[in-house]
Amino acid sequence: MSETPKIDRADTRVRADEGLLGALRGFLDRLRSGDLGVLPVILGLIVIAVVFSSLNPVFMRPNNLTNLLFDAAAVGLISLGVVFCLLLGEIDLSIGSMSGVASAILGVLWVNAGVPWPFAILAALAAGAITGFVYATLLNTFGMPSFVSTLAGLLALLGLQLYLLGKSGSINLPFQSFVIRFGQTMVMPGWLSYLVALIPGATIFWFGLQTRTQRAQANLSVPSMSVLVVKAAGLTAIILGAVWYLNQGRGVPWMFLFFMALVAGMEYVLKRTKFGRSIFAVGGNREAARRAGIKVERIRIYAFMLCSTFAAFGGVLAASRLASASRQAGTGDVNLNAIAAAVIGGTSLFGGRGSAWSALLGVLVIQAISNGLTLLNLSSSLRYMILGAVLAIAVIVDSLARQSRASHGRA
Amino acid sequence: MPAEAVGDSAPILKLSGVTKVFGAVTALDGIDLEVRRGEVVALVGDNGAGKSTLVKILSGVHSKTSGTIEFNGAEVSIDTPGRAIDLGIATVFQDLALCENLDVVANLFLGQEVNAWRLNEVEMEVRAWKLLGELAARIPSVREPIASLSGGQRQTVAICRSLLLDPEIIMLDEPTAALGVAQTAEVLNLVERVRDRGHGVILISHNMEDVRAVADRIVVLRLGRNNGTFGPEATQEELVAAITGATDNSVSRRAGKRQDETTAAGEAR
Repeated sequence: MSETPKIDRADTRVRADEGLLGALRGFLDRLRSGDLGVLPVILGLIVIAVVFSSLNPVFMRPNNLTNLLFDAAAVGLISLGVVFCLLLGEIDLSIGSMSGVASAILGVLWVNAGVPWPFAILAALAAGAITGFVYATLLNTFGMPSFVSTLAGLLALLGLQLYLLGKSGSINLPFQSFVIRFGQTMVMPGWLSYLVALIPGATIFWFGLQTRTQRAQANLSVPSMSVLVVKAAGLTAIILGAVWYLNQGRGVPWMFLFFMALVAGMEYVLKRTKFGRSIFAVGGNREAARRAGIKVERIRIYAFMLCSTFAAFGGVLAASRLASASRQAGTGDVNLNAIAAAVIGGTSLFGGRGSAWSALLGVLVIQAISNGLTLLNLSSSLRYMILGAVLAIAVIVDSLARQSRASHGRA
Repeated sequence: MPAEAVGDSAPILKLSGVTKVFGAVTALDGIDLEVRRGEVVALVGDNGAGKSTLVKILSGVHSKTSGTIEFNGAEVSIDTPGRAIDLGIATVFQDLALCENLDVVANLFLGQEVNAWRLNEVEMEVRAWKLLGELAARIPSVREPIASLSGGQRQTVAICRSLLLDPEIIMLDEPTAALGVAQTAEVLNLVERVRDRGHGVILISHNMEDVRAVADRIVVLRLGRNNGTFGPEATQEELVAAITGATDNSVSRRAGKRQDETTAAGEAR
């Protein structure tokens, strides 16, 4: 009995990449056409690890890596927010100031006014949401480029931060509180961290199986089982290894798990919901999206609100990490670190390409460099110059890959 | 229902005195147009005659300055693209309006995704293949981004998208301009199939052969005004005269200019 061809394999011009070898061939093809995916980041992380641990062996010690993850969560959350703006082809330059304002609101309401901390955090997030709404409205109503409105917002929010903090300039947060322990010491129990480490692989495997059954029922080609198993097993092995290594020292910070969970959630929103699809459409071709009936103005409002709210949340985490709300919070390199992290992770500055994972991967690179340079006792002047160069390289890689994709007929 | 509805039934879409002004330019001036069930209306005219402006008004991209639009007997205002889609007016734009960074399936279902909070990719892919099959489309893979498709393939995707929602009226702005011989025939077949299902079709084309092949009526626009309605039996000369303006015909003017040039050249010698 001859098998009827699958619906999507009827055209003989399409090469069916079956099995592990096929997957490898498809991957190499994508690489050659400039679809680099996460490869530059992985290579970057390996180079960073080798260079810094040879210069200072402390870098690769489990306790230092745990520290690194504590630091990464705050900037990572800010970066996760800016992914939404970048995907639209817009930018938010005020995320650093926004995080500073959020930490100031937390300090003023919680310590000075005695408001319970959950409400103080909610107030900070609400301030973020309102700020994002204002940017989107300026763009929608007056056509004010986000580059300009958020640059103005950067100054205005910085002023607000200084005003809120008043003459003292800094507010110490209560050390024994949950918020501070969450930001400084709370790590997962060993057994739980191993259990959680199994979740990503299991999720990939479970959804992969579901997709296989559904596609088989619909007479579509089915992705190969071996690729699925290798993917899930490989990911689980890597994560288990990392968790085991961290558990040789202090362990896995709850704060980092919290950040990871939000990244996973946002990845789902971006790739598996109509809202996420609309964001990519607006970033790819705004007019086409509008003609398809997508309410572009509304998508912008949601994206900017998410961006500023995540920036505010990042500010709250930064305050809990430092146990204080100060004038310095959110200033300096926070802004560009967050944007650079998203770009290094693979979210295009030109809109329409990227993922929530880019915030996670990028922030690991940025934070690893930052941490390594601190361990080498380099002055902040040198650190700024080196991070600036890294950002420039990331943008160059993005532009080159984009040109290559264009010449290979890929988006 | 569709079969007996063909012919002298009430129009689905009726435009009276539709005018569009861009600053000092009157792009459309008092346009009247009717489209009935099971009818293909061809809209022809020279560049700048206002065809695309009319399409954009009917699809909610531009808003009209004055005049009325009736849909199924009730006056409507089509102020957003979403409104046009809800009414059942589907449009294939000349510039196609596709998102190059998304794959074929995502483009076909853009704004109409199955399952908003958990996209059903499998069902969308199956329906995409079915639609493409009906058009005899030659798309190798629906999981490739639009950027990797040729002009003709993109055109097919855009036409497929307009059919997705089973609209009452479909507007095609230069649908065959970028297509090969086989696809052009397929698109014309498709236009007839859509008509036979009882939908109204508005077809804009510069290709008089295509127009005469499928149109039940040919409406000529000239400089933003109605300039005559013809049946499919109209001759090429009649159409050209109406498109270019019978009294001020650029073909005759060109002939006249040549005459002058040769006389002038003769005198100079």
